[in-house]
Amino acid sequence: MSTNPTEKIEREDNTRNGGTSTKNTKPFRFRAAQVTRVGVPVRLGAIAAVMLSVGAAFAGVGGWLSPSRLTQDRMMAAFEDASGTHAGFRHNHAKGVCVTGWFESNGQAAGLSKAAVFKPGRIPVVGRFALAGGMPFQTDKPATVRSMALRFLPPGGEEWRTGMNNIPVFAVNSARGFYEQLLASSPDPATGKPDPEKMKAFLAAHPETVRALQLIKKRQVTSGFANSTFNSLNAFRFVDAAGASVPVRWSTVPVQPSAADSAEPSAPGDKNYLFDNLIAQITQHPRQWRLIVTVGQANDPTNDATLPWPDGRRQVDAGTVTIDQASSEDSGSCTAVNYDPLVLPSGIEPSDDPLLSARSAAYARSFTLRAEEEHEKPPSAVTAREVQAGGNS
Amino acid sequence: MNTQARFPAASRLLHWLMAPMIVAMLFIGVGMAASLSPRYELLVSIHRPLGIAVFVLCLARIVNRFINPPPELPDTVPSLQRFAAKASHVVLYALMFIMPLVGWGMLSAARYPIVLYGPLRLPPILPHDLTLYAWLRDLHTGLAYAFFATFLVHFGAALFHGLVRRDGVLGSMASW
Repeated sequence: MSTNPTEKIEREDNTRNGGTSTKNTKPFRFRAAQVTRVGVPVRLGAIAAVMLSVGAAFAGVGGWLSPSRLTQDRMMAAFEDASGTHAGFRHNHAKGVCVTGWFESNGQAAGLSKAAVFKPGRIPVVGRFALAGGMPFQTDKPATVRSMALRFLPPGGEEWRTGMNNIPVFAVNSARGFYEQLLASSPDPATGKPDPEKMKAFLAAHPETVRALQLIKKRQVTSGFANSTFNSLNAFRFVDAAGASVPVRWSTVPVQPSAADSAEPSAPGDKNYLFDNLIAQITQHPRQWRLIVTVGQANDPTNDATLPWPDGRRQVDAGTVTIDQASSEDSGSCTAVNYDPLVLPSGIEPSDDPLLSARSAAYARSFTLRAEEEHEKPPSAVTAREVQAGGNS
Repeated sequence: MNTQARFPAASRLLHWLMAPMIVAMLFIGVGMAASLSPRYELLVSIHRPLGIAVFVLCLARIVNRFINPPPELPDTVPSLQRFAAKASHVVLYALMFIMPLVGWGMLSAARYPIVLYGPLRLPPILPHDLTLYAWLRDLHTGLAYAFFATFLVHFGAALFHGLVRRDGVLGSMASW
Protein backbone atom coordinates (compact mmCIF):
# COMPACT_ATOMS: atom_id res chain seq x y z
CA MET A 1 0.00 0.00 0.00
CA SER A 2 1.50 3.26 -1.09
CA THR A 3 1.60 6.22 1.21
CA ASN A 4 2.14 8.71 -1.55
CA PRO A 5 -0.73 11.20 -1.13
CA THR A 6 -1.01 12.12 -4.79
CA GLU A 7 -1.28 8.54 -5.80
CA LYS A 8 -3.95 7.98 -3.19
CA ILE A 9 -6.03 10.90 -4.43
CA GLU A 10 -5.71 9.74 -7.97
CA ARG A 11 -6.76 6.28 -6.97
CA GLU A 12 -9.77 7.54 -5.08
CA ASP A 13 -10.84 9.65 -8.02
CA ASN A 14 -10.53 6.57 -10.06
CA THR A 15 -12.82 4.54 -7.88
CA ARG A 16 -15.31 7.35 -7.78
CA ASN A 17 -15.43 7.56 -11.53
CA GLY A 18 -15.42 3.85 -12.03
CA GLY A 19 -18.09 3.06 -9.49
CA THR A 20 -17.56 0.86 -6.51
CA SER A 21 -18.94 -2.48 -7.50
CA THR A 22 -16.45 -5.31 -7.65
CA LYS A 23 -18.17 -6.44 -10.82
CA ASN A 24 -17.22 -3.16 -12.44
CA THR A 25 -16.18 -3.89 -15.99
CA LYS A 26 -14.18 -0.74 -16.39
CA PRO A 27 -10.61 -1.53 -15.35
CA PHE A 28 -9.14 0.34 -12.40
CA ARG A 29 -6.08 2.37 -13.28
CA PHE A 30 -3.25 1.99 -10.87
CA ARG A 31 0.32 2.92 -11.10
CA ALA A 32 1.42 -0.15 -9.16
CA ALA A 33 -0.61 -2.81 -10.87
CA GLN A 34 -3.41 -3.12 -13.36
CA VAL A 35 -6.52 -4.68 -11.96
CA THR A 36 -8.04 -6.20 -15.02
CA ARG A 37 -11.29 -8.05 -15.50
CA VAL A 38 -9.32 -11.21 -14.89
CA GLY A 39 -7.49 -9.69 -11.97
CA VAL A 40 -10.53 -9.03 -9.79
CA PRO A 41 -11.88 -12.59 -9.81
CA VAL A 42 -8.40 -13.95 -9.16
CA ARG A 43 -7.97 -11.60 -6.24
CA LEU A 44 -11.42 -12.41 -4.90
CA GLY A 45 -10.61 -16.09 -5.28
CA ALA A 46 -7.38 -15.63 -3.40
CA ILE A 47 -9.21 -13.86 -0.57
CA ALA A 48 -11.80 -16.64 -0.44
CA ALA A 49 -9.04 -19.26 -0.38
CA VAL A 50 -7.26 -17.51 2.49
CA MET A 51 -10.52 -17.22 4.46
CA LEU A 52 -11.38 -20.85 3.79
CA SER A 53 -7.94 -21.95 4.95
CA VAL A 54 -8.26 -20.04 8.21
CA GLY A 55 -11.73 -21.53 8.70
CA ALA A 56 -10.43 -25.01 7.94
CA ALA A 57 -7.55 -24.57 10.38
CA PHE A 58 -10.08 -23.61 13.06
CA ALA A 59 -12.23 -26.66 12.29
CA GLY A 60 -9.11 -28.83 12.26
CA VAL A 61 -8.00 -27.63 15.70
CA GLY A 62 -11.56 -28.23 16.92
CA GLY A 63 -11.30 -31.88 15.85
CA TRP A 64 -14.09 -31.77 13.25
CA LEU A 65 -11.88 -32.80 10.34
CA SER A 66 -10.31 -35.85 11.99
CA PRO A 67 -12.82 -38.54 12.94
CA SER A 68 -10.12 -40.72 14.50
CA ARG A 69 -8.84 -38.03 16.87
CA LEU A 70 -9.80 -38.76 20.46
CA THR A 71 -11.77 -35.72 21.61
CA GLN A 72 -13.66 -34.98 24.81
CA ASP A 73 -16.98 -35.60 23.07
CA ARG A 74 -15.83 -38.98 21.76
CA MET A 75 -14.69 -39.99 25.24
CA MET A 76 -18.12 -39.03 26.62
CA ALA A 77 -19.79 -41.06 23.86
CA ALA A 78 -17.66 -44.08 24.82
CA PHE A 79 -18.84 -43.77 28.44
CA GLU A 80 -22.41 -43.69 27.18
CA ASP A 81 -21.79 -46.78 25.02
CA ALA A 82 -20.43 -48.62 28.04
CA SER A 83 -22.90 -47.47 30.70
CA GLY A 84 -25.88 -45.91 28.96
CA THR A 85 -26.96 -42.28 29.14
CA HIS A 86 -27.86 -40.94 32.56
CA ALA A 87 -28.84 -37.29 32.32
CA GLY A 88 -27.42 -35.10 35.05
CA PHE A 89 -24.92 -37.63 36.44
CA ARG A 90 -21.15 -37.74 36.22
CA HIS A 91 -19.98 -39.83 33.28
CA ASN A 92 -17.67 -41.80 35.56
CA HIS A 93 -17.91 -42.52 39.29
CA ALA A 94 -21.57 -41.76 38.76
CA LYS A 95 -22.88 -43.30 42.01
CA GLY A 96 -21.74 -41.38 45.03
CA VAL A 97 -22.43 -39.51 48.23
CA CYS A 98 -21.19 -36.15 49.51
CA VAL A 99 -19.26 -35.77 52.76
CA THR A 100 -17.71 -32.94 54.70
CA GLY A 101 -15.12 -32.65 57.42
CA TRP A 102 -11.68 -31.18 57.87
CA PHE A 103 -7.99 -31.73 57.31
CA GLU A 104 -5.66 -31.25 60.24
CA SER A 105 -2.19 -30.67 58.84
CA ASN A 106 0.69 -31.57 61.15
CA GLY A 107 3.14 -29.49 59.13
CA GLN A 108 5.38 -32.42 58.23
CA ALA A 109 4.82 -32.03 54.46
CA ALA A 110 5.47 -28.28 54.57
CA GLY A 111 9.16 -28.93 53.92
CA LEU A 112 8.28 -30.70 50.67
CA SER A 113 5.61 -28.33 49.39
CA LYS A 114 5.02 -24.64 50.00
CA ALA A 115 1.24 -25.15 49.53
CA ALA A 116 -0.79 -23.45 52.27
CA VAL A 117 -2.71 -26.67 52.84
CA PHE A 118 0.39 -28.25 54.47
CA LYS A 119 1.02 -25.50 57.01
CA PRO A 120 0.05 -26.73 60.48
CA GLY A 121 -3.63 -26.14 61.18
CA ARG A 122 -7.15 -27.20 60.37
CA ILE A 123 -8.97 -26.45 57.10
CA PRO A 124 -12.41 -27.51 55.80
CA VAL A 125 -12.77 -30.40 53.37
CA VAL A 126 -15.65 -31.22 50.99
CA GLY A 127 -15.47 -34.78 49.73
CA ARG A 128 -17.26 -37.44 47.79
CA PHE A 129 -17.22 -41.22 48.02
CA ALA A 130 -18.19 -43.04 44.85
CA LEU A 131 -18.04 -46.22 42.84
CA ALA A 132 -16.21 -46.33 39.52
CA GLY A 133 -18.27 -46.68 36.38
CA GLY A 134 -20.89 -44.66 34.61
CA MET A 135 -23.95 -46.40 36.14
CA PRO A 136 -25.47 -44.17 38.84
CA PHE A 137 -27.80 -46.94 40.07
CA GLN A 138 -25.44 -49.93 40.00
CA THR A 139 -25.64 -52.40 42.88
CA ASP A 140 -22.78 -52.05 45.38
CA LYS A 141 -20.33 -54.91 44.96
CA PRO A 142 -17.09 -55.53 46.84
CA ALA A 143 -14.85 -55.65 43.77
CA THR A 144 -16.10 -52.41 42.22
CA VAL A 145 -13.42 -49.76 42.41
CA ARG A 146 -14.17 -47.28 45.23
CA SER A 147 -13.11 -43.67 45.16
CA MET A 148 -12.62 -40.82 47.56
CA ALA A 149 -12.49 -37.28 46.19
CA LEU A 150 -11.40 -34.37 48.37
CA ARG A 151 -11.51 -30.62 48.03
CA PHE A 152 -9.21 -28.89 50.52
CA LEU A 153 -10.18 -25.28 51.21
CA PRO A 154 -7.32 -23.38 52.86
CA PRO A 155 -7.80 -19.66 53.48
CA GLY A 156 -6.76 -17.52 50.52
CA GLY A 157 -8.52 -19.46 47.78
CA GLU A 158 -5.63 -21.72 46.75
CA GLU A 159 -7.61 -24.91 46.90
CA TRP A 160 -6.54 -28.45 46.17
CA ARG A 161 -8.74 -31.14 44.64
CA THR A 162 -7.88 -34.78 44.31
CA GLY A 163 -9.71 -37.95 43.34
CA MET A 164 -8.27 -41.22 44.62
CA ASN A 165 -9.14 -44.90 44.11
CA ASN A 166 -8.80 -48.04 46.25
CA ILE A 167 -6.52 -49.72 43.72
CA PRO A 168 -2.71 -49.76 43.80
CA VAL A 169 -2.18 -48.72 40.16
CA PHE A 170 -4.40 -47.52 37.33
CA ALA A 171 -5.42 -49.99 34.62
CA VAL A 172 -4.30 -47.82 31.70
CA ASN A 173 -1.58 -45.25 31.12
CA SER A 174 -3.10 -43.07 28.38
CA ALA A 175 -6.36 -41.49 27.32
CA ARG A 176 -6.34 -43.71 24.22
CA GLY A 177 -5.93 -46.81 26.42
CA PHE A 178 -8.83 -45.72 28.62
CA TYR A 179 -11.01 -45.10 25.58
CA GLU A 180 -10.21 -48.47 24.02
CA GLN A 181 -10.87 -50.19 27.32
CA LEU A 182 -14.29 -48.52 27.48
CA LEU A 183 -15.09 -49.62 23.92
CA ALA A 184 -13.94 -53.18 24.65
CA SER A 185 -16.13 -53.40 27.74
CA SER A 186 -19.22 -51.90 26.08
CA PRO A 187 -22.17 -54.23 25.62
CA ASP A 188 -22.62 -55.65 22.14
CA PRO A 189 -25.96 -54.38 20.81
CA ALA A 190 -26.80 -57.92 19.59
CA THR A 191 -26.25 -59.77 22.86
CA GLY A 192 -26.49 -56.96 25.41
CA LYS A 193 -23.20 -58.20 26.86
CA PRO A 194 -19.57 -57.22 26.28
CA ASP A 195 -17.87 -59.23 23.58
CA PRO A 196 -15.04 -61.23 25.24
CA GLU A 197 -13.14 -61.23 21.96
CA LYS A 198 -12.96 -57.45 22.02
CA MET A 199 -11.56 -57.44 25.55
CA LYS A 200 -9.05 -60.11 24.54
CA ALA A 201 -7.93 -57.98 21.60
CA PHE A 202 -7.69 -54.90 23.84
CA LEU A 203 -5.54 -56.74 26.39
CA ALA A 204 -3.32 -58.16 23.66
CA ALA A 205 -2.62 -54.61 22.52
CA HIS A 206 -2.07 -53.29 26.07
CA PRO A 207 0.43 -55.38 28.04
CA GLU A 208 0.66 -52.56 30.61
CA THR A 209 -3.01 -53.14 31.41
CA VAL A 210 -2.48 -56.89 31.80
CA ARG A 211 0.30 -56.23 34.32
CA ALA A 212 -1.72 -53.58 36.14
CA LEU A 213 -4.84 -55.77 36.36
CA GLN A 214 -2.78 -58.48 38.10
CA LEU A 215 -1.81 -55.98 40.81
CA ILE A 216 -5.37 -54.65 41.01
CA LYS A 217 -6.86 -58.14 41.44
CA LYS A 218 -4.35 -58.99 44.16
CA ARG A 219 -5.36 -56.03 46.33
CA GLN A 220 -7.05 -56.64 49.63
CA VAL A 221 -10.68 -55.56 49.35
CA THR A 222 -11.92 -54.25 52.70
CA SER A 223 -15.46 -54.30 54.08
CA GLY A 224 -16.30 -50.74 53.13
CA PHE A 225 -15.35 -47.21 52.25
CA ALA A 226 -14.33 -46.32 55.81
CA ASN A 227 -11.49 -48.83 55.99
CA SER A 228 -10.30 -48.52 52.39
CA THR A 229 -6.99 -46.97 51.38
CA PHE A 230 -7.33 -44.56 48.46
CA ASN A 231 -4.42 -43.78 46.13
CA SER A 232 -3.75 -40.82 43.85
CA LEU A 233 -2.40 -43.25 41.19
CA ASN A 234 -1.06 -40.37 39.10
CA ALA A 235 2.20 -38.75 40.10
CA PHE A 236 2.52 -35.05 40.87
CA ARG A 237 5.35 -32.79 41.92
CA PHE A 238 5.69 -31.05 45.27
CA VAL A 239 7.55 -27.75 45.07
CA ASP A 240 9.12 -26.28 48.19
CA ALA A 241 9.63 -22.63 49.11
CA ALA A 242 13.08 -22.64 47.44
CA GLY A 243 11.62 -23.94 44.18
CA ALA A 244 13.03 -27.47 44.46
CA SER A 245 10.62 -30.18 43.38
CA VAL A 246 10.20 -33.90 44.03
CA PRO A 247 7.87 -36.44 42.41
CA VAL A 248 5.11 -37.61 44.73
CA ARG A 249 2.08 -39.84 44.89
CA TRP A 250 -0.31 -39.68 47.82
CA SER A 251 -2.80 -41.88 49.63
CA THR A 252 -5.42 -41.62 52.31
CA VAL A 253 -4.89 -44.51 54.73
CA PRO A 254 -7.74 -45.35 57.11
CA VAL A 255 -7.18 -44.85 60.83
CA GLN A 256 -10.08 -47.23 61.58
CA PRO A 257 -9.00 -50.87 61.55
CA SER A 258 -9.05 -52.67 58.26
CA ALA A 259 -11.42 -55.59 57.90
CA ALA A 260 -11.63 -57.90 54.93
CA ASP A 261 -14.83 -57.70 52.98
CA SER A 262 -17.45 -60.10 54.20
CA ALA A 263 -19.67 -59.25 51.23
CA GLU A 264 -22.52 -59.17 53.72
CA PRO A 265 -24.91 -56.32 53.07
CA SER A 266 -26.10 -54.49 56.17
CA ALA A 267 -29.61 -55.50 55.19
CA PRO A 268 -30.38 -58.31 52.78
CA GLY A 269 -30.92 -57.00 49.30
CA ASP A 270 -29.48 -53.57 50.08
CA LYS A 271 -28.24 -52.33 46.73
CA ASN A 272 -26.46 -49.46 48.47
CA TYR A 273 -24.81 -51.43 51.28
CA LEU A 274 -21.39 -49.81 50.89
CA PHE A 275 -22.87 -46.31 51.04
CA ASP A 276 -25.34 -47.16 53.78
CA ASN A 277 -22.62 -48.65 55.94
CA LEU A 278 -20.45 -45.58 55.43
CA ILE A 279 -23.29 -43.22 56.34
CA ALA A 280 -24.13 -45.29 59.43
CA GLN A 281 -20.48 -45.29 60.51
CA ILE A 282 -20.06 -41.54 60.02
CA THR A 283 -23.30 -40.96 61.94
CA GLN A 284 -21.89 -42.98 64.87
CA HIS A 285 -18.60 -41.09 65.01
CA PRO A 286 -16.27 -39.29 62.58
CA ARG A 287 -14.03 -41.45 60.39
CA GLN A 288 -10.40 -40.62 59.74
CA TRP A 289 -7.68 -41.15 57.17
CA ARG A 290 -4.01 -40.22 57.29
CA LEU A 291 -2.78 -38.32 54.27
CA ILE A 292 0.43 -40.14 53.34
CA VAL A 293 2.75 -38.59 50.76
CA THR A 294 5.14 -41.01 49.05
CA VAL A 295 8.27 -39.30 47.71
CA GLY A 296 9.58 -40.80 44.49
CA GLN A 297 13.19 -41.04 43.41
CA ALA A 298 14.78 -39.89 40.19
CA ASN A 299 14.05 -43.02 38.18
CA ASP A 300 10.57 -43.76 39.50
CA PRO A 301 8.03 -43.58 36.67
CA THR A 302 5.92 -40.44 36.86
CA ASN A 303 4.36 -40.69 33.41
CA ASP A 304 2.82 -44.15 33.74
CA ALA A 305 0.07 -44.75 36.30
CA THR A 306 0.06 -48.52 35.63
CA LEU A 307 3.51 -48.86 37.25
CA PRO A 308 3.90 -49.02 41.03
CA TRP A 309 6.83 -47.34 42.69
CA PRO A 310 9.29 -49.62 44.47
CA ASP A 311 8.65 -50.41 48.14
CA GLY A 312 10.62 -48.54 50.73
CA ARG A 313 10.17 -45.06 49.30
CA ARG A 314 10.13 -42.26 51.85
CA GLN A 315 6.63 -41.64 53.20
CA VAL A 316 5.54 -38.47 54.94
CA ASP A 317 2.44 -38.35 57.12
CA ALA A 318 1.00 -34.92 56.24
CA GLY A 319 -1.95 -34.96 58.62
CA THR A 320 -5.41 -36.39 59.15
CA VAL A 321 -8.58 -36.11 57.12
CA THR A 322 -11.66 -36.36 59.33
CA ILE A 323 -15.09 -36.93 57.79
CA ASP A 324 -17.96 -36.17 60.16
CA GLN A 325 -20.97 -35.58 57.91
CA ALA A 326 -22.57 -37.23 54.91
CA SER A 327 -25.26 -35.87 52.62
CA SER A 328 -27.01 -37.05 49.48
CA GLU A 329 -25.70 -35.73 46.20
CA ASP A 330 -29.16 -34.34 45.57
CA SER A 331 -28.54 -31.61 48.14
CA GLY A 332 -24.88 -32.04 48.94
CA SER A 333 -22.00 -29.64 48.82
CA CYS A 334 -20.00 -31.87 46.44
CA THR A 335 -22.62 -31.92 43.71
CA ALA A 336 -21.62 -28.71 41.96
CA VAL A 337 -17.92 -29.56 42.30
CA ASN A 338 -15.72 -30.97 39.57
CA TYR A 339 -12.94 -32.96 41.29
CA ASP A 340 -10.54 -31.89 38.57
CA PRO A 341 -7.08 -33.32 39.38
CA LEU A 342 -5.44 -30.19 37.96
CA VAL A 343 -7.04 -27.88 40.51
CA LEU A 344 -3.82 -27.51 42.46
CA PRO A 345 -2.39 -24.86 44.78
CA SER A 346 1.02 -23.41 44.01
CA GLY A 347 3.36 -25.88 45.67
CA ILE A 348 1.74 -28.87 43.94
CA GLU A 349 2.31 -29.26 40.21
CA PRO A 350 1.27 -31.81 37.62
CA SER A 351 3.82 -34.43 36.61
CA ASP A 352 4.43 -35.54 33.04
CA ASP A 353 1.66 -38.15 33.39
CA PRO A 354 -0.53 -37.74 30.27
CA LEU A 355 -3.54 -39.00 32.22
CA LEU A 356 -3.66 -35.79 34.26
CA SER A 357 -4.55 -33.62 31.27
CA ALA A 358 -6.89 -36.34 29.98
CA ARG A 359 -8.70 -36.63 33.31
CA SER A 360 -8.94 -32.86 33.71
CA ALA A 361 -10.33 -32.43 30.20
CA ALA A 362 -12.79 -35.32 30.43
CA TYR A 363 -13.99 -34.26 33.89
CA ALA A 364 -14.56 -30.73 32.60
CA ARG A 365 -16.67 -32.02 29.70
CA SER A 366 -18.64 -34.35 31.97
CA PHE A 367 -19.17 -31.50 34.42
CA THR A 368 -20.51 -29.23 31.69
CA LEU A 369 -22.84 -31.93 30.37
CA ARG A 370 -24.34 -32.68 33.77
CA ALA A 371 -24.70 -28.96 34.48
CA GLU A 372 -26.66 -28.62 31.24
CA GLU A 373 -28.80 -31.65 32.15
CA GLU A 374 -29.30 -30.71 35.79
CA HIS A 375 -33.04 -30.06 35.38
CA GLU A 376 -33.59 -33.58 33.93
CA LYS A 377 -31.64 -35.44 36.60
CA PRO A 378 -33.60 -38.04 38.59
CA PRO A 379 -32.83 -38.44 42.32
CA SER A 380 -29.47 -40.10 43.06
CA ALA A 381 -29.30 -43.72 44.25
CA VAL A 382 -28.41 -42.58 47.74
CA THR A 383 -31.25 -40.18 48.53
CA ALA A 384 -31.46 -37.45 51.14
CA ARG A 385 -34.02 -39.55 53.04
CA GLU A 386 -31.64 -42.50 53.09
CA VAL A 387 -28.85 -40.35 54.52
CA GLN A 388 -31.20 -38.83 57.14
CA ALA A 389 -32.26 -42.30 58.20
CA GLY A 390 -28.61 -42.96 59.00
CA GLY A 391 -27.92 -45.15 56.02
CA ASN A 392 -30.88 -47.49 56.26
CA SER A 393 -32.59 -47.59 52.93
CA MET B 1 -10.95 12.36 2.99
CA ASN B 2 -7.62 12.54 1.34
CA THR B 3 -4.19 12.58 2.88
CA GLN B 4 -4.69 11.62 6.53
CA ALA B 5 -6.37 8.23 6.30
CA ARG B 6 -4.22 6.42 8.84
CA PHE B 7 -5.36 5.25 12.24
CA PRO B 8 -3.50 7.03 15.05
CA ALA B 9 -0.39 5.20 16.28
CA ALA B 10 -1.96 4.19 19.62
CA SER B 11 -4.90 2.62 17.78
CA ARG B 12 -2.62 0.73 15.41
CA LEU B 13 -0.49 -0.49 18.32
CA LEU B 14 -3.54 -1.74 20.25
CA HIS B 15 -5.00 -3.36 17.14
CA TRP B 16 -1.86 -5.26 16.23
CA LEU B 17 -1.13 -6.18 19.83
CA MET B 18 -4.59 -7.61 20.36
CA ALA B 19 -5.17 -9.20 16.96
CA PRO B 20 -2.75 -12.11 17.48
CA MET B 21 -3.89 -12.49 21.09
CA ILE B 22 -7.54 -12.78 20.10
CA VAL B 23 -6.88 -15.13 17.19
CA ALA B 24 -4.70 -17.25 19.49
CA MET B 25 -7.49 -17.26 22.10
CA LEU B 26 -10.01 -18.51 19.56
CA PHE B 27 -7.74 -21.31 18.34
CA ILE B 28 -6.62 -22.26 21.86
CA GLY B 29 -10.24 -22.25 22.99
CA VAL B 30 -11.56 -24.49 20.25
CA GLY B 31 -8.54 -26.74 20.65
CA MET B 32 -8.78 -27.16 24.40
CA ALA B 33 -12.53 -27.80 24.27
CA ALA B 34 -11.78 -30.85 22.12
CA SER B 35 -8.45 -31.97 23.52
CA LEU B 36 -7.66 -34.90 25.81
CA SER B 37 -3.95 -34.68 25.04
CA PRO B 38 -1.13 -33.56 27.34
CA ARG B 39 -1.38 -30.15 25.64
CA TYR B 40 -4.73 -29.55 27.38
CA GLU B 41 -3.17 -28.37 30.63
CA LEU B 42 -0.84 -25.97 28.80
CA LEU B 43 -3.68 -24.61 26.67
CA VAL B 44 -5.89 -23.96 29.70
CA SER B 45 -3.03 -22.31 31.57
CA ILE B 46 -2.52 -19.93 28.63
CA HIS B 47 -6.22 -19.35 27.88
CA ARG B 48 -7.12 -17.95 31.32
CA PRO B 49 -4.46 -15.25 31.76
CA LEU B 50 -4.50 -14.38 28.05
CA GLY B 51 -8.26 -13.84 28.22
CA ILE B 52 -7.86 -11.51 31.17
CA ALA B 53 -5.09 -9.66 29.31
CA VAL B 54 -7.45 -9.20 26.34
CA PHE B 55 -10.05 -7.77 28.73
CA VAL B 56 -7.61 -5.27 30.23
CA LEU B 57 -6.36 -4.20 26.79
CA CYS B 58 -9.96 -3.97 25.59
CA LEU B 59 -10.70 -1.42 28.33
CA ALA B 60 -7.67 0.57 27.20
CA ARG B 61 -8.88 0.29 23.63
CA ILE B 62 -12.34 1.63 24.41
CA VAL B 63 -10.78 4.63 26.14
CA ASN B 64 -8.42 5.07 23.19
CA ARG B 65 -11.31 5.02 20.74
CA PHE B 66 -12.75 8.11 22.40
CA ILE B 67 -9.39 9.88 22.53
CA ASN B 68 -8.36 8.79 19.05
CA PRO B 69 -11.42 8.37 16.83
CA PRO B 70 -10.81 6.19 13.77
CA PRO B 71 -10.48 7.86 10.35
CA GLU B 72 -13.59 7.97 8.19
CA LEU B 73 -13.94 5.40 5.45
CA PRO B 74 -13.39 6.76 1.91
CA ASP B 75 -16.52 8.32 0.37
CA THR B 76 -16.32 5.70 -2.34
CA VAL B 77 -17.35 2.93 0.05
CA PRO B 78 -21.03 2.15 -0.59
CA SER B 79 -23.44 2.66 2.26
CA LEU B 80 -24.16 -1.04 2.79
CA GLN B 81 -20.45 -1.82 3.17
CA ARG B 82 -20.10 1.26 5.35
CA PHE B 83 -22.86 -0.08 7.60
CA ALA B 84 -21.32 -3.57 7.63
CA ALA B 85 -17.96 -2.13 8.62
CA LYS B 86 -19.44 -0.09 11.48
CA ALA B 87 -21.60 -2.96 12.68
CA SER B 88 -18.78 -5.51 12.59
CA HIS B 89 -16.54 -3.19 14.58
CA VAL B 90 -19.24 -2.74 17.21
CA VAL B 91 -19.61 -6.55 17.35
CA LEU B 92 -15.84 -7.05 17.66
CA TYR B 93 -15.57 -4.51 20.49
CA ALA B 94 -18.57 -6.03 22.25
CA LEU B 95 -17.14 -9.54 21.95
CA MET B 96 -13.66 -8.67 23.15
CA PHE B 97 -15.27 -7.00 26.16
CA ILE B 98 -17.88 -9.69 26.93
CA MET B 99 -15.98 -12.92 26.16
CA PRO B 100 -13.42 -12.58 28.98
CA LEU B 101 -16.20 -11.60 31.41
CA VAL B 102 -18.30 -14.63 30.42
CA GLY B 103 -15.21 -16.82 30.83
CA TRP B 104 -14.42 -15.35 34.24
CA GLY B 105 -18.09 -15.60 35.22
CA MET B 106 -18.50 -19.20 34.14
CA LEU B 107 -15.37 -20.30 36.04
CA SER B 108 -16.77 -18.42 39.04
CA ALA B 109 -20.16 -20.15 38.80
CA ALA B 110 -18.40 -23.53 38.60
CA ARG B 111 -15.99 -22.57 41.42
CA TYR B 112 -12.94 -23.37 39.40
CA PRO B 113 -10.03 -21.34 40.72
CA ILE B 114 -9.24 -18.54 38.25
CA VAL B 115 -5.50 -19.02 38.14
CA LEU B 116 -3.48 -16.37 36.34
CA TYR B 117 0.01 -17.50 37.19
CA GLY B 118 1.46 -19.38 40.15
CA PRO B 119 -0.32 -18.24 43.31
CA LEU B 120 -1.97 -15.31 41.47
CA ARG B 121 -5.74 -15.87 41.30
CA LEU B 122 -8.77 -13.74 40.51
CA PRO B 123 -11.74 -13.79 42.88
CA PRO B 124 -15.05 -15.30 41.74
CA ILE B 125 -17.50 -12.73 40.38
CA LEU B 126 -20.65 -14.88 40.49
CA PRO B 127 -22.25 -17.29 42.96
CA HIS B 128 -21.50 -21.04 42.84
CA ASP B 129 -24.39 -22.28 40.71
CA LEU B 130 -24.48 -25.21 38.26
CA THR B 131 -27.36 -23.84 36.18
CA LEU B 132 -25.68 -20.48 35.84
CA TYR B 133 -22.45 -22.25 34.86
CA ALA B 134 -24.21 -24.32 32.18
CA TRP B 135 -25.76 -21.20 30.71
CA LEU B 136 -22.52 -19.21 30.68
CA ARG B 137 -20.49 -22.15 29.38
CA ASP B 138 -22.82 -22.51 26.38
CA LEU B 139 -22.78 -18.75 25.89
CA HIS B 140 -18.96 -18.80 25.91
CA THR B 141 -18.95 -21.35 23.08
CA GLY B 142 -21.66 -19.56 21.09
CA LEU B 143 -19.91 -16.20 21.40
CA ALA B 144 -16.59 -17.81 20.46
CA TYR B 145 -18.05 -19.07 17.17
CA ALA B 146 -19.61 -15.65 16.55
CA PHE B 147 -16.25 -14.05 17.35
CA PHE B 148 -14.41 -16.31 14.95
CA ALA B 149 -16.97 -15.68 12.20
CA THR B 150 -16.76 -11.90 12.74
CA PHE B 151 -12.97 -12.04 12.77
CA LEU B 152 -13.01 -13.99 9.51
CA VAL B 153 -15.33 -11.44 7.85
CA HIS B 154 -13.18 -8.58 9.21
CA PHE B 155 -10.03 -10.28 7.86
CA GLY B 156 -11.68 -10.95 4.49
CA ALA B 157 -12.92 -7.36 4.28
CA ALA B 158 -9.43 -6.04 5.04
CA LEU B 159 -8.02 -8.15 2.22
CA PHE B 160 -10.85 -6.98 -0.04
CA HIS B 161 -9.95 -3.35 0.66
CA GLY B 162 -6.28 -4.08 0.15
CA LEU B 163 -6.39 -6.33 -2.90
CA VAL B 164 -9.57 -5.49 -4.78
CA ARG B 165 -10.74 -2.01 -3.88
CA ARG B 166 -7.22 -0.76 -3.13
CA ASP B 167 -8.75 2.28 -1.47
CA GLY B 168 -6.22 2.81 1.30
CA VAL B 169 -8.42 1.35 4.03
CA LEU B 170 -6.13 -1.61 4.68
CA GLY B 171 -3.15 0.72 4.74
CA SER B 172 -4.85 2.99 7.24
CA MET B 173 -4.35 0.20 9.81
CA ALA B 174 -1.63 -1.92 8.22
CA SER B 175 1.09 0.68 7.92
CA TRP B 176 3.97 1.49 10.18
